[in-house]
Amino acid sequence: MRRDLLKFLLFAVAILVAPLAFKGGYLMNVLVFAGINTMLAVALNLLLGYAGQISLGHAGFFGLGAYLSGILTATYGWNAWLAMPLAALAVGMLAGLIGFPILKLKGHYLAMATLGLGIIIYIVFNETVDLTGGPSGFSGIPNLAIGSLVFDNDLKNYYLIWAFTLAVVLFCLNLARSRVGRALRAVHDSEVAARVMGVNARILKVQVFALSAVISSLAGSLYAHTMTFVSPASFGFNFSVELLTMVVIGGLGSIYGSFLGAALLTLLPELLRGAQDYDILIYGGLLMVMVMFLPGGLVRGIPDLFRKLAGRGEGAGNA
Amino acid sequence: MQLEQILQYSFSGLSTGAIYALIGIGFSIIFNATGIINFAQGEFVMLGGMLTLFFLEVLQLPLWAAIPCAVAVSALAGMLFERLAIRPLRRPTPLNLVIITIAGSILIRGLAMLLWGKDTHAIPPFSGDQPISIAGATVLPQHLWILAITLLVIAVNKFFFYHTISGKAMRACSYNRRAAGLVGIDVRRMVLLSFIISSVLGSLAGIIVAPLTMTAYDVGIMLGLKGFCAAIIGGMSSGVATVVGGLILGVLESLGAGLISSGYKDAIAFVILLLILFVRPQGLFGKAESERV
Repeated sequence: MRRDLLKFLLFAVAILVAPLAFKGGYLMNVLVFAGINTMLAVALNLLLGYAGQISLGHAGFFGLGAYLSGILTATYGWNAWLAMPLAALAVGMLAGLIGFPILKLKGHYLAMATLGLGIIIYIVFNETVDLTGGPSGFSGIPNLAIGSLVFDNDLKNYYLIWAFTLAVVLFCLNLARSRVGRALRAVHDSEVAARVMGVNARILKVQVFALSAVISSLAGSLYAHTMTFVSPASFGFNFSVELLTMVVIGGLGSIYGSFLGAALLTLLPELLRGAQDYDILIYGGLLMVMVMFLPGGLVRGIPDLFRKLAGRGEGAGNA
Repeated sequence: MQLEQILQYSFSGLSTGAIYALIGIGFSIIFNATGIINFAQGEFVMLGGMLTLFFLEVLQLPLWAAIPCAVAVSALAGMLFERLAIRPLRRPTPLNLVIITIAGSILIRGLAMLLWGKDTHAIPPFSGDQPISIAGATVLPQHLWILAITLLVIAVNKFFFYHTISGKAMRACSYNRRAAGLVGIDVRRMVLLSFIISSVLGSLAGIIVAPLTMTAYDVGIMLGLKGFCAAIIGGMSSGVATVVGGLILGVLESLGAGLISSGYKDAIAFVILLLILFVRPQGLFGKAESERV
């Protein structure tokens, strides 16, 4: 318990001092995205890693949060602090409603259904031109502000986003360790057994689905208010796959793993600037290699790999 | 709304529906042999179109030679995919399989983009583009090619699964893999074969549709998903049910695009997909236990 808290505090401090090392500049902007992606990856991991339910439609919830928040503030002049939770609530309710029929499905079918859901949402963004500006996007979304403090540069946004991200991480760490977290893992391992133990698997799955949609929506709102511009292209199927990649690379069922995966996949394209067009190739390759050789993700896989290498060194004759 | 217009939409819907059916049959063949939904199925559709273009333009082959070459290379790609990605998987849980087939689809798409760039290309129609008039509606010769080739493929498919040893062995695997293994059927070979057949079907679909809709490195996603819709409507059977599923989907989509809004055309397919998954996951025609393969 205390060790976990210590770990989290170390993590939080590292996040706090990171800007000192980078001294602003372009990288700060990337780190803002790393925060948003961490939030999304953690949200998806709750569903995927803990409850074992796949979703290929999370970019849709992310987009709904972004658009709802953007439209309420820019078109209707709402206060952003009011628009954000409202958007999250609406998205959560939508996810809850869809969750009942959709989470009856399993495995491949669930993957396809959530994928279909994500694509429908994406098409709606493109087609409701009056509301969303259609394919050319929606601009003029105000920055968040507290009194006279307006979050309008990368450094301020960094602290804003990461404050939310740390809160989400802390919340999810606690959730994972709670009774609910254990119930989720039970559902993952065997839904029937979990039921026998008195877990209402059906309701639980819907709740996690809705919760992870709420967090994604929140991330979407923050994205909209930091970018001040959104367009459907950011919320398509490819982004859902990117999120899945983050979670898998980091490690299913590991909150810090999701951070690792999100940070890595956000930084990677920047490090490989020359390889701009090859990013989908890299995502595909990474996903494949991870599932085949490090199914536990980086968080568990690297120590495992070391152990295996060490083991092979010692017992070369036995293998 | 005029009857002629509806007829027109239905004609074009039938031919795109036939494409969905071909892709859908590919999905069900793999699903029945392995229990895997191959998310990379659409990529083989794309490969069909792009490879044909490659053989036509870069190697300057005539169309009748380019098509079999493209199908052969796609089949090879399907085989490699099974050998390199699916078979080595140590823990083939549904989640891992979803991820690995998605990864495969991204890789194939990325490679296609590397090789052929991001532009959309047109393939010449098989026999001119002089429209033919039928009962007040016009039909392109390519539409007829599509319907004819789909019918032919389905007939060959039926023959293969019911009158050849390999086909019967594959059916045995889909009923019960262990029992099939016990009577001496090489289940792994059948799985490989299912990937080859479905990539052939997918690439054929991609080839015959390319003259109508153009082709590009990323056309596979949508076509693949529509094919999956067809398979779901048909209850994952590789026979007539999936064909009917594809045709229903094609016609509904075409009518919806014409009568409601073309922008929501793709959404229509997915709304149908969701409805069917929610209400009748066993497919429109299936009893709970439908005939498989």
